[in-house]
Parts: sequence; C-alpha cells; structure tokens
Amino acid sequence: MTNELDIFVGNTTLIDEDVYRLWLDGYSVSDAVARRVRSGILEQTGATAAVLQSDTMDHYRTFHMLERLLHAPPKLLHQLIFQIPPSRQALLIERYYAFDEAFVREVLGKKLSKGTKKDLDDISTKTGITLKSCRRQFDNFKRVFKVVEEMRGSLVDNIQQHFLLSDRLSRDYAAIVFFANNRFETGKKKLQYLSFGDFAFCAELMIQNWTLGAVDSQVDDMDVDLDKEFLQDLKELKVLVADKDLLDLHKSLVCTALRGKLSVFSEMEANFKNLSRGLVNVAAKLIHNKDVRDLFVDLIEKFVEPCRSDHWPLNDVRLFLNQYSASVHSLDGFRHQTLWDRYMGTLRGCLLRLYHD
Amino acid sequence: MPGKLKVKIVAGRHLPVMDRASDLTDAFVEVKFGNTTFKTDVYLKSLNPQWNSEWFKFEVDDEDLQDEPLQITVLDHDTYSANDAIGKVYIDIDPLLYSEAATVISGWFPIYDTIHGIRGEINVIVKVDLFNDLNRFRQSSCGVKFFCTTSIPKCYRAVIIHGFVEELVVNEDPEYQWIDRIRTPRASNEARQRLISLMSGELQRKIGLKVLEMRGNAVVGYLQCFDLEGESGLVVRAIGTACTLDKLSSPAAFLPACNSPSKEMKEIPFNEDPNPNTHSSGPSTPLKNQTYSFSPSKSYSRQSSSSDTDLSLTPKTGMGSGSAGKEGGPFKALLRQQTQSALEQREFPFFTLTAFPPGFLVHVGGVVSARSVKLLDRIHNPDEPETRDAWWAEIRQEIKSHAKALGCHAVVGYSESTSICEEVCILSASGTAAVLNPRFLQDGTVEGCLEQRLEENLPVGCGFCHIPYDELNMPFPAHLTYCYNCRKQKVPDVLFTTIDLPTDAAVVGKGCLIQARLCRLKKKAQAEANATAISNLLPFMEYEVHTQLMNKLKLKGMNALFGLRIQITVGENMLMGLASATGVYLAALPTPGGIQIAGKTPNDGSYEQHISHMQKKINDTIAKNKELYEINPPEISEEVIGSPIPEPRQRSRLLRSQSESSDEVIELDLSHGKKDAFVLEIDDTDAMEDVHSLLTDVPPPSGFYSCNTEIMPGINNWTSEIQMFTSVRVIRLSSLNLTNQALNKNFNDLCENLLKSLYFKLRSMIPCCLCHVNFTVSLPEDELIQVTVTAVAITFDKNQALQTIKTHVEKSLQRASTDNEELLQFPLELCSDSLPPHPFPPAKEHLESASSNSGIPAAQRAVTVEKASPVAEGNFRNRSAPPCANSTVGVVKMTPLSFIPGAKITKYLGIINMFFIRETTSLREEGGVSGFLHAFIAEVFAMVRAHVAALGGNAVVSYIMKQCVFMENPNKNQAQCLINVSGDAVVFVRESDLEVISTQQPTANCQPLCTGGEVTT
Repeated sequence: MTNELDIFVGNTTLIDEDVYRLWLDGYSVSDAVARRVRSGILEQTGATAAVLQSDTMDHYRTFHMLERLLHAPPKLLHQLIFQIPPSRQALLIERYYAFDEAFVREVLGKKLSKGTKKDLDDISTKTGITLKSCRRQFDNFKRVFKVVEEMRGSLVDNIQQHFLLSDRLSRDYAAIVFFANNRFETGKKKLQYLSFGDFAFCAELMIQNWTLGAVDSQVDDMDVDLDKEFLQDLKELKVLVADKDLLDLHKSLVCTALRGKLSVFSEMEANFKNLSRGLVNVAAKLIHNKDVRDLFVDLIEKFVEPCRSDHWPLNDVRLFLNQYSASVHSLDGFRHQTLWDRYMGTLRGCLLRLYHD
Repeated sequence: MPGKLKVKIVAGRHLPVMDRASDLTDAFVEVKFGNTTFKTDVYLKSLNPQWNSEWFKFEVDDEDLQDEPLQITVLDHDTYSANDAIGKVYIDIDPLLYSEAATVISGWFPIYDTIHGIRGEINVIVKVDLFNDLNRFRQSSCGVKFFCTTSIPKCYRAVIIHGFVEELVVNEDPEYQWIDRIRTPRASNEARQRLISLMSGELQRKIGLKVLEMRGNAVVGYLQCFDLEGESGLVVRAIGTACTLDKLSSPAAFLPACNSPSKEMKEIPFNEDPNPNTHSSGPSTPLKNQTYSFSPSKSYSRQSSSSDTDLSLTPKTGMGSGSAGKEGGPFKALLRQQTQSALEQREFPFFTLTAFPPGFLVHVGGVVSARSVKLLDRIHNPDEPETRDAWWAEIRQEIKSHAKALGCHAVVGYSESTSICEEVCILSASGTAAVLNPRFLQDGTVEGCLEQRLEENLPVGCGFCHIPYDELNMPFPAHLTYCYNCRKQKVPDVLFTTIDLPTDAAVVGKGCLIQARLCRLKKKAQAEANATAISNLLPFMEYEVHTQLMNKLKLKGMNALFGLRIQITVGENMLMGLASATGVYLAALPTPGGIQIAGKTPNDGSYEQHISHMQKKINDTIAKNKELYEINPPEISEEVIGSPIPEPRQRSRLLRSQSESSDEVIELDLSHGKKDAFVLEIDDTDAMEDVHSLLTDVPPPSGFYSCNTEIMPGINNWTSEIQMFTSVRVIRLSSLNLTNQALNKNFNDLCENLLKSLYFKLRSMIPCCLCHVNFTVSLPEDELIQVTVTAVAITFDKNQALQTIKTHVEKSLQRASTDNEELLQFPLELCSDSLPPHPFPPAKEHLESASSNSGIPAAQRAVTVEKASPVAEGNFRNRSAPPCANSTVGVVKMTPLSFIPGAKITKYLGIINMFFIRETTSLREEGGVSGFLHAFIAEVFAMVRAHVAALGGNAVVSYIMKQCVFMENPNKNQAQCLINVSGDAVVFVRESDLEVISTQQPTANCQPLCTGGEVTT
C-alpha cells in the first residue's frame, strides 16, 4: 500500500514556521523529516513518522507554490489563491528574504552574475549552508538588485515598497545592492574580521553622503552610484598632503588640540603625516573604479592597521579623527572645506565602525 | 419578467505573459450571454489592463437569466494569427434575481483556464434590471430562494414546510460526443463546464417552478448532484425541501423568542399522552434490526418482477426494507391522522432537512434506506430523463414504504446518491423515518398550539426517542424499555438516525465520530452478471457495516447515532462501504451493554486465556471511552424505572457467517437489556480480525474531538477560529491477489492514517473539534482507492467548558443543541401566529432565563451566544475575540456548518454552485498528482471565495464538495479532475460587534438577532 496522492488544503493556508525554516534552509523532504523527528515532535504529539512525512510534503508543496509569489511580494498580498492572514504574509516574506551572515559576507561586493552563481557550490561547502539555500539567497540579492537598480528615489524606500520588507531588512538589502553595484572588495583576508553589519553601516553613510541622491533626489539610480563629480573633486584634497606647509600646519593644529588628551599622543604625533597621507590619497584615487573597489582594503591598510599596531584605544581614534577633520577649517590656504566635510564626515563614521578587532 | 443584464469590464491584473517577445499581453475581453457577444477594446501591452468598458447590455428573458451563466473570456489579441484565450470566468447571475439577496456582483474574479488553472484576475460589475410582466406564461421561477443549508436558515422563519421537490435533467456528455475526437481538450472541458452550468440553471429553474406551484418561496436543503454516466449521458439531479420562509426583520417579533428551550419542549403536541397504554403514535426504530430484515430471496423476487422494464436489478436491501408488509398497523391518534392526511397529499413525504424547528420532529423511527443496481447501457432513450425518473421514483417508493412499516409517515434527513463504475450504477437513498408535527406542514393549523401549551409538565428532551410504532405489532423484533427520562413511553435500546442531534435532546457526555469501513472483492464481470454480483454482495455489505457500527458504538459506551451516512462505492473488482456517524449517549435510552466475546472451543485452555485477554482489553477500552467522553449517566435503579423489562438477562447472539440464510436472519434477536452484553463469537479468523479492528481504532489525541454532525454535543464555547479544509488521499493496492481481510486492513489504515494526519496538522488549534467530518470514497481505477475528507476544525475554550461542567455537575443530563437558531424562529412563529405580544408572565420569563443559563450547558453555549442570553454575552466579552483584520483581499470564511461560531449571519446572498474541470498534460512539471490536485483545490477555494466576495459576502456556509473525480495517466503525463462544490453565500457580523447594541437593551435578549437581520454590509 503506497500513498499515490496525499494532500491537505485549508481555506486558510496552514503555515508551519518550523517547516518553513527547514524549507528555506534548503533541506530535502527526507532531511527535514529527519530533523523534525530529532526535535522530539513525535513524542510531543504522538504522531508517527508517516504522518510527519505527509505533513512535511504538504508544507513543501505549499511553499513551492508560494515561492513564485514571494518573488514579487506585492503579488502575495493581492493574489486570491492562498488565503493567508496579513501577519503570516509578512512573516513569509521577511523569512524568505532573510539571509545568512556567512553567505552574505561571501558575495558582498561581488557582481551578481552567472559567474558568481557558479561559485555557489564552493560557498556552500565553505559555509555549510545548503546549495539550495545559497541559491535562494543569491537569487534574492539579484532580484532585488535588478528591480531597484535603475529606479528613482530612495533605495531603501524602493526596496521596501517593492518587496514589502521590514525597515531593517530593507536597509540591509540597500547595502547589498550598493556594494554589488560598486563592487567593493570585501573578501580579502585583511577584511575577514569585518562583519556584514560593519559594511552595511558604511554603505548607509556612503549612500547618504557620497551618491548622486545626496545632492539631487530626482536622478535615476541616484542611491546606487557614487557621485562622479564628487569623486573627481576629491583630487583637490591632495593639497593637504602635497603642500608641506599645509601639512605641517594641520599637524600642529591637531597636536596642540590633542596634547594630553590622547594616551597614544606620541605615536599619533609620529604617525600623523603617514595617516594623513593615507586618508587623503584614498580620496584622491577614488576617481578610478579600481580604487573605489579597494576602498575598504586601503582604509584598513592606511589607517586601521597602523593605529591598531600602536594599540590606539577606540576613543583616541575618535578624538583624533574629530580633531583631524575639524582642524582643516582653520587652514586658511585650504579652499575645499565643503568637499572635505562631505568626504571626511562619512569616512570618519566608517573608520570608527571598522576600527575593532 | 424579462430583464436587462448589464455588465461592465473594469480591469485586469496579474495577467500571464502572452507575447514572449515583449513579455507583455494585448488583452481584450469577450462578454457573452446566451447568443449575444460584446467585446472590449484591446488594451495594448500590459499585464494589468484598464479596460473600463461601457455597460454592455443584454435584453433577455428571465428564463434565460436563470439558465444561462454569464461567460467572460479574456483573450490576447494577435494581428496575424488567431487570438489566444487566456481564460474564462463564469458568473451565475441567479443571486441577482431575487430581491433579498445581492443587488450587484462586483469584484475581482480569477481568470480560469482548464489547462493552465488560474491566470490573473479580472474586475467585473454585473447588474440586472427586472421588469414586471406577469401576463406571460410562466416558465421561469425568479424569486424562489435556494439554500444548501439543511435547516431553516438563520434570519428566516418557516411559515410552512411544504415538502419534497426533485428534478432531473439529462444531456449528452460533450466528452463522449464524436466531435471530442477532433477538438482540443480545452474546448471539450469548456463545453462540459458550460453545459453543466446551463443544466444546473435549468434544473434550478424547474425546481423553482415546482416550489411556486406548491405556493412556497424557497428551497431549503437543496442538494444538486452530477452523475457522469459516460456514454449514456450526463445527469444533473437535485432534491430539496420546499418551504415558505419569512424574513425575520421586526425587532418586536423577537421578544417572545426569548423563551428557553424547555419552554419549547412543551409545544410538542400530541402523543405525549400521559397514559402509556395508548400508543397513539408509537415511534422509534432501532434501525439496526432493520438491517437484518432484508432477505436475499426477496430481492430476487423484486428483480424478476421488474425485469420487464429493461433489466433493473433492484435488490433494495437496506435498513427497513423487510418490514414493508406490516405497514397497515393501526394508527389511533387523531392528530396523527391529521398529519398523515397532510402528508399523504404528497407523493413523497420526504424532507432533506437535518435540523428542525423545535416541535417539528415528534418521533424518530430509525434509518430507512434503499439501494438499487442499474445498467446504464440499457436505457432506451438515454437523452430523456424518463428512465432515471422511474428509477428514482421506485427507490423513493421503497423508502416511503419502509417508513410506513416503522409507523412513520415521513422521512427526514433524506438524501440520494449514486455510484457509477463503467455501465453499472448503484442508486442509493436514505433518510430517517419520523413522525412530524402537522402544524408546519399546512396553513392555518396553529390551533394546536394553545392546547399543547397546557401540557406544561411534560418531560423534555426525550420525545423524539419514543417509538412511533405499535408495541404489540412491531415491525421487527426490538427490545423496548420505558424511557429513562420521562418513564412514560417506550424507547428502543439503540437509535440510528441520519439527522442532526435535535436541539432539545438530553445527552450525557460528549459525542464522537464513529466509522464503519468495509471492502468486498468482486469478480470482474460484464453487464448483467456484474449487476447480479453486486446485488448479491450489497446485503452482506449492509449487514457488515451495520454490525461494525453497532460494535463500535457499544465500545464507546454510547447508544445512539446521528448523521449516519452509508456510502457504498462500486469499482471494477471491489465494493467499498463507508459509514460515518456521530455517536452519543442519549439520556432517554438505556445504558448499552458491553461486548462479550465467546469462543467456539471452550475446552482449550490457552484459547480460553486468549479470549479472556481479549475480553479484558475490550472492557478496558469501554471504560476508557466512557471516561474520555464523560459518559456517566445517573444511576437509576430498576424500581425507579418501574418498567417490567421483559427478560433482563436475555443474551443476544450475533452469529457471524457469510452463508447466512434468510431464516437465520429472522432468528437474530439483537435486543439488549440494560445489563445485557453484546456477544461476539470469534470462531474463525474472520471474526478475530473484526475484534482486532475494533480495538485498533485509536481515539483522537487529547484536546481533539470529532463528529460528522453540525455540532458536537457536550462542547459549547466555540471561539471564532475556524479552519475548513479538504484532504484527499489515494492509495495504490500493492498485490494483485488481495484478500478481503488485507483489503479491509488497507482501507482501515487509509482512513485512520488520514485522521491522524488531520489531528497532527491542526494541533495548533487544540482544544478543537472537527465538525461535519465528511468522508467520501471512490475507486477511480482497479487498484486505487481515493478518500476525500472535508471538515471544519473549530477551537473552543477549554477553561470555560470545564467551568460550565462544574457548575452543572449536579445536572449530569445535558441538553445539547445542534442548532439553536431554530429556538428563536419557532417560538417567533408561535407568537406572531397565535400569541399576544407578551405571552409569558414576567415571573416565568425569569425562570426561563435561569434555565437558559443553567439548563443548557454544554454544546449550546457557544451558539447561545448568538441568542445573546446575558450570561453568554458576558462570556463573550471576556473572551474578547479579535476582530478579523482587514487585508487587501477580504477574508472569506468557508464552513460546512450552517453557522459561524461567534457570529451572526445577517443576510443570505444566494447559492454558490460551481463546477470546474482541470486537466494537465504536464503532470510531472506540475509536481505530480499531488501537486496538481493541491493546486486545483486551492484554486477552487479561491474561485468560491472570489464569487462570494463579489456578491458582497464574507462567508460560505453549508459548503460541500459534492464531487471530486480524479483521473490520472502518469505514463502519458496527464491527469484530469472534476470538482463540484456548493454552499450558501452569506454576510455575517461578529458577535462582538453586535454587543454594543444588545447591551443597550438588556431585557430583550434576542436583540442582536434582529439588529443583525437588518445590518447589510
């Protein structure tokens, strides 16, 4: 006797959160059943393995049918086939678009192309996340990217509107889209200590200050691309390190202000010119796409690592960066104050976030 | 009344991509009614077209309005080739034809294609203007209301219940026409869908005409079925109960309705004669005995006698058949004669209702049923309905005579069904023989009321159990005792019925679902030989099914079955029997005896030991069940009963053997005295198996209850959470040389596993009850068994239930209610017809309200909420049911019950009767058979909900999936499925929303209902 056909259809679609998670995690029906058995559900409910198998199959079928709708979440809200309470709809969408930290760190900043998709096998092996789940997450990134890439208006708002995600998740997706579009390198060994949260934080600052949308809210892909003109102008900042007088003056202003306030004052004093050169050169190079991609590598090499090797406490880094940015306003010969603030304001935020073990 | 039908096509959304090149669609819409077609403009390059068309106007006869569906086809415009159809929407405009229902149909409808399923949605507005033109010869029956609900719909009251209406129409099945060889599957499916839509429209119109002839205005308990006969045609047939209904609207009318159930009991008119010797209308048939009374020889004679027609093999076996000879029993009571004369005017005094206004049902005799095997290829004029009409008339006649034999003049809870396999067709009809109160059956017979009201001291809750037949002239051997409730009238020891538990029935403990399952192998044969083989098997199946039911009932420690439905399904090489019912313990009936096992070879020591071991297991199970279902009837000593129970120690021996002759059958005495045991002789492995299977039925996990009636006795405080579902399972029998035992075990496991799965899936709803559990079995192919279950899970508040039980612990007799809405309507009628506005003195009213608080514990409470007795209201407030949240798509509830817990139905919008075909030629790609059917059923639900929402409703009640015919051909990667569903579209309002109003007028307990009646949303 075999079950040739076995289905259960409720007027209100039954969603089992645990099974949904197993499905999202990419487990096959038999693996999911095995995991459910291990969770002790049989003992709790007195059910048999056959019942569990049938139940899991049913849920998987339902999820499979829902998946098409989840690709365009507003459809899920307006469709008539599955009657699902709004709170459940939200849960389905949110969970479907949720991603694993380990996975996102692997693909963050990579081109969301077929090539990357081929690497998913390796990512799956490396992270222990099932290939199926990797595919779903990758496809989600790509889908969101495609939809909002060329859209006007705020990136986060667009994502929220088209995918009905929570504010938190929309922001994360904005960061993923922004990184994918600018192809920031995040995979180098030096950057391994950084979390997705660190990058997402930086992405948000950069979107707010460095993109086209920061100056004009009516342009296409305003939040996705960096403001080319701004990057061009950043060359002007080079004078801060190229002009020796300006550099000396800047240093003395910073040192005067910070004397006695830093536990690493002498190290700072000794390193000032190196650090300043590093920060300004990063700015000046951003006109090249290649250097944009290496932004985070450069920041780590030119600033984070030197400070860390001298054991700067985070608070000293903060005091230094504040003073370093502010002192430029007192440099009479320097004319690009606004430009400096737009650059340094964001960079300071990023550096502070990146500065940890 | 010709009319003008107006249709506007507003917009579409989520259309499929029809042009691969642009990934878009150039959609337009054809609107067709009758032979007239209109088209919208083409809306270029969009998946969300906004046609915003003009009003398309069709000027049509109302006859057409009733018959024809509105057909909307969405197409993709193609300049160079033929336009591609995207899909269709059929809209039944019948609900627009009577004034109280919907006035406009407006909303998003899924666009359905029989090959691709749902493909986007379309927004349509439909209106009808009817002109008065009374001079015409009337062919239409606009204005007659149809209800699937098998009780008087809420917010109506029955003025007169006229009786049985039936109709049958036949047509050639498009699938079997020659043209089907050359047309596409889609065209064939659509032809079929359209034809069935037309036929059911025609059927409804014809039934409506009959109702008008009877001067009724509504059909209640309308049941329409399709018989896919194959070559010989496609039959659409319907039965129903014609009524004259009055809408409850005047708030004043509600005041008198507040009397408690105990009051209504007193209206039970006649035959509650205090003198037990005048069996004015002795009642009640433990149908069980009926089963044994068929005799094979008899069915043979029947066969031969009717063979001159065109071979009709008609072994009308079944409960109640053998007793036809005694129909001429003396009937004494005057009232009874009145009733009879009222009923005898009718050809068939049948009622499809299963729940009745209080006082309507006087006595219940027992289940009557008849079956007949027919050969479809022997129909002379397949295109004409005459032959089928004659078949059904024959069966109905049989049922009628069975009822008479039971001393009953009417049949309630009546239903008809068929099972077809190739050219063999089994027609079945069953119902419950009953004695009815004539008052409802004709005009102006309300005089009885006053005198009845004088009989205040009559006992309540047991009247219907009293036997309707003459004790001295019983149609079959039965064991009678004096009623355990009133101790004045005789009652049988077991009562089987097809109706719902009457509102006023005194019940002990809770009820439970009881099923008997049975398979019998049959040799493959052709035509007559096949029909004969089936006819010969039927009696044994009925007998077996009945024995199983009886055993299981006793195992549960219960003494009555309600909602009994026995389905016999015929397949190529086997017959299946599935009986479902809800077992209860009726306080009026004697305590059932246990089950005793007797071995054949008592000398063998080890065997003896085995027997005693089994006996112990059975006794343990009975004890456990009694505890589980809270069956602890008050001990009544024999003296108190004061009835001379004939032979208190008499043992009944149930002999089991396959070679039963008719003589043996007659000797079967199944009477069980109070302490009598039911003896099972396990002299062969066969019987052993049976005992085992008895014990393998696992009770539902704790927190779960199940029943196949509307409401579970003993559970009262439903919360508003409901989940209707359909589950389908098909198993493939593995071995080719199956035995009956193996087959039985497979089938039993299938049903048990299915139930277990349901319990597991719905575990989050605990404590909960599966209500109206409806199993259907079909045998789509040689080795396939398909079981389809539709039911609704309703949660209830456990704490409250416990409380209620505690407060009424001294009153172990609980009155259960199946449907107390009737409580309202009936008294209402009383008052408006015959009573002054304030019929009851205040003091009494007080008493009544007290009794409604304490006297109706259990199952009633939840529904009582609807009645808004003050206490119930309080409960409700505490519960604070959250109002259903509004999402973008309005929630439409679906339930097989006639009510929605915690809510009041304020308006009936019309009947929903839909038929869909879905076919695929890419079965694997759609997820195999399970994926295919899962998607299809979800789509069917969606289309039902969309139609209800478009009518302005928010729920379907009395929903039923009447057919789910699934055929597959995995080798060809194909499958096809036909589904037929129906129900009543309604508007409901949450109790909590009504509370405000009701508290304003605390004295008028029934206020919510009246306000509800006027609320229109």
